[in-house]
Amino acid sequence: MTEVLRATGITKAYGGRTVLRDASLTVDEGETIVIIGPSGSGKTTLLRCLNWLEMPDAGTITLRGEPIGRDASGRLLGEAALARQRSRVGFVFQRFNLFAHLSALENVAIGPRRVLGLAPEEARERARHELGRVHLASHVDKRPSQLSGGQQQRVAIARALAMKPELILFDEPTSALDPELVTEVVDVMRELALAGLTLVAVTHEMRFARSAADRVVFMDEGTVVETGPPERIFDAPLHERTRRFLAHLHE
Amino acid sequence: MVFDWELVRQSVPLLAAGLLTTIRICSLAMVIGVVLGGVLGLVSLSRFAPARWLVTAYVDFIRGTPLLIQIFLVYFALPVVGINLPEFWAGVIALGLNAAGFIAEIVRAGVGSVEKGQAEAARSIGMRHHQILLHVLLPQSLRAVVPPTTNELITLVKGSALLSVISVYELTRAGQAIIAVHFAPFEIFLMIALYYYLTISALAWFSRWLERRLPVW
Repeated sequence: MTEVLRATGITKAYGGRTVLRDASLTVDEGETIVIIGPSGSGKTTLLRCLNWLEMPDAGTITLRGEPIGRDASGRLLGEAALARQRSRVGFVFQRFNLFAHLSALENVAIGPRRVLGLAPEEARERARHELGRVHLASHVDKRPSQLSGGQQQRVAIARALAMKPELILFDEPTSALDPELVTEVVDVMRELALAGLTLVAVTHEMRFARSAADRVVFMDEGTVVETGPPERIFDAPLHERTRRFLAHLHE
Repeated sequence: MVFDWELVRQSVPLLAAGLLTTIRICSLAMVIGVVLGGVLGLVSLSRFAPARWLVTAYVDFIRGTPLLIQIFLVYFALPVVGINLPEFWAGVIALGLNAAGFIAEIVRAGVGSVEKGQAEAARSIGMRHHQILLHVLLPQSLRAVVPPTTNELITLVKGSALLSVISVYELTRAGQAIIAVHFAPFEIFLMIALYYYLTISALAWFSRWLERRLPVW
């Protein structure tokens, strides 16, 4: 398997409170990884470090062997180089973060247009295609405020897809949604996983984890406790902490 | 006291000539103020610290000194360094530079107050800092920026009365000239006030119209 991303020894503290300590993760091409763990376990912070939305205090992240955020000698990358790297990694936010002033189509087209330098019509064409992929072909001209939460999150997924990223990171993509809207987002994610895209999702959607994940990563207190196929983690966890978390979850 | 209606009638065209100059000067100064203020506002949000410091220093100076002194500086100090400006243009530049300082601050605050998830999402798709400012944050700040900018432009129109001190023949100066001949300060100042009031009302109306046309989301 070709390795897409490798994070090694990621450590991050905010004002003396250590959120991540020596967390490591590798992601292979085509893999779907689900990160679970109690709130405050550092899942989201780890995800945000992966594309340098947060700068780790220590540790290295490589994207296809190329260090992220720093050059080979460890110096921080300039803004332009960092932006280029970020364009290769998609990110889907818990609260969608769609551009409020733009239509669904423009939200998806802005990246290909401004970052990849596609011609306006070409960028719109790609946006239409990606919105079709998340089943929103009939909503392209609506603004985010005219869409339901589930639709907004799917636009956000299309926005990430339009960059043709090497992997997509999902930060609790369904936890801001009303329960009846969760399925449509999970279904799209599952379709992407089955289509062979590389996905890393922080989520508590156990159905998604069971049906789509190749590996589940359990995190607690800022570090990766154990990693394994979903059946193994859910049905026969090795660590007491994993067992306790899963027991809580099923209550 | 007798109200001199005949003088009021005669003054209408004289004051209108002054008002025309006021409008000309203010329009040009507004263009300078909005364009330069917008640019300075964005520069104050740029990644280059020295550029940000320069804007901060400029804004501090504009806010920290009276407009009257700024007008004198443009009019009297610039010739010392070899720049000779006719009063009209000295007025335009002084008012424009003054408004730019305040508008820069309005833009900085407006753009800076756009929800931070917007910039984060733009970063996540690989947009550059300047692209985020221009294509994501600035458009979303317009609704917040227009009302205080209107206030600033209204202040600019009122401030243009101070240009009478460098003998620009604008509305206030035109009125003073009539007063000097006929000594009817009450009638004339009342008329000047009315002329300013109507001008500023038109500006405020335009601003409300613009605000209504800005998209809601």
